[in-house]
Amino acid sequence: MEKQDVYDLLAEVCQDDVVKEELDMDIFEAGLLDSFGTITLLVEIEERFGISVPITEFNREEWNTPNKIAKELADRA
Amino acid sequence: MIPFESFYFFFIVGILLIPSIIMGLQGKASRKYNMVVTIIMLAIIFANSLLGTISLLIFTIWQVVLVKGYIAYRKKANSTAIFCIGIIASIMPLILVKILPILGLNHLFGFLGVSYLTFKAVQMIMEIRDGLIKSEIPLADFLYFLLFFPSLSSGPIDRWRRFQKDVHTVPTKEAYREYLYLGINKIFRGFLYKFIIAFLIHFYIIVQLLETHYFELHPVQYHLLNMYSYSLYLFFDFAGYSAFAIGISYIMGIKTPENFHLPFISRNIKDFWNRWHMTLSFWFRDYVYMRFAFWMTKKKWIKNRVTISNLGYLMLFLLMGVWHGLAPHYIVYGLYHACLIIGFDFFDRWNKKHKVWPKNKFTHVVAVIITFHFVCFGFYIFSGNLFY
Repeated sequence: MEKQDVYDLLAEVCQDDVVKEELDMDIFEAGLLDSFGTITLLVEIEERFGISVPITEFNREEWNTPNKIAKELADRA
Repeated sequence: MIPFESFYFFFIVGILLIPSIIMGLQGKASRKYNMVVTIIMLAIIFANSLLGTISLLIFTIWQVVLVKGYIAYRKKANSTAIFCIGIIASIMPLILVKILPILGLNHLFGFLGVSYLTFKAVQMIMEIRDGLIKSEIPLADFLYFLLFFPSLSSGPIDRWRRFQKDVHTVPTKEAYREYLYLGINKIFRGFLYKFIIAFLIHFYIIVQLLETHYFELHPVQYHLLNMYSYSLYLFFDFAGYSAFAIGISYIMGIKTPENFHLPFISRNIKDFWNRWHMTLSFWFRDYVYMRFAFWMTKKKWIKNRVTISNLGYLMLFLLMGVWHGLAPHYIVYGLYHACLIIGFDFFDRWNKKHKVWPKNKFTHVVAVIITFHFVCFGFYIFSGNLFY
């Protein structure tokens, strides 16, 4: 799993390529990811990268920017 | 003694917390002392209720056995069936409390705070299943979390991992001074909310409406006045309670999460649930809605995202309604909020396409006003006054 794969996935789920460029943007604040987007993202992460992140682990303080998400996933890979 | 109802209660808590404050201001750990305070307060709260005490003891032993048993099991295996049995077993006492009165077995089992304590126990089973709670759960710490007296009767609903982190962090002198300041501040806000504002609304409006013959003279005005005054009363009374619980927690070095964040300025119904009884709605969001939606998406039983989301909302709010009680008005209250949020979601999606409702200061104000009235009507359903 490369960082770029994570950004691509995020762009797909958020339906906006801006997340590939602004890596420190708060995607919840920006309204790009909601509760349901989070679920799609977690299911995709599990299917594509084989990493299962429990829903309660995915909090909006530590998983709110593309960079942070990529880092959290890299730590678990 | 009912917590936070009399000044006598605050007097006892105030005296018992003097050593906590002295230790805190010196930067010393007051965990053990605070545990003793919790035991004393439990004894005082349940002193006049033998049945409540026995129920609480049985409940506590039951939850300890379940949580300890499940974590031991989870280290070896992870079957979905066992997980489901664990959850049902954990909710069972609450189900009994709700169902026994219907069967005519009133006052057989039940105690103050059973519905709030159940949330704490159930989330532990869920997080053990998720592998988020792996390490040993010390018995004393678990009991402290479950029975923490400030939030015993009506929340806020804390989370084990968050609570545990606070329990084992000793604040520095400076940090504790801040806790103490905030804690006292919150307690006084509680006094203002509950004993002044809520009291005045109740005494001068709600009681007056009942005692005079206002209803016979102006039925429509009666309902409207009752609806808005009850909504404001409910907020100030409940937010006052929460402020007491949070304030006392802070003095004990525990940063119990906030429960209300200016709910009457919500710009839509989703925003409202992020501001009203927050620890309850976040609990349902995390442990019911999100889990249900995740499961459905993963298993691909339902393909359509919108359908999954709407079913999730329906389940969430029905459960929330039933949790308040099995009376019809609670269930209608749940259904009402499910309809509002599903309706709002529909409008929001439609608006994204058609862009009829622009985002500006004017529409924001209008949205806040509309939301306020819908919310108040919801509380009116909740009050039961609409039906009886």
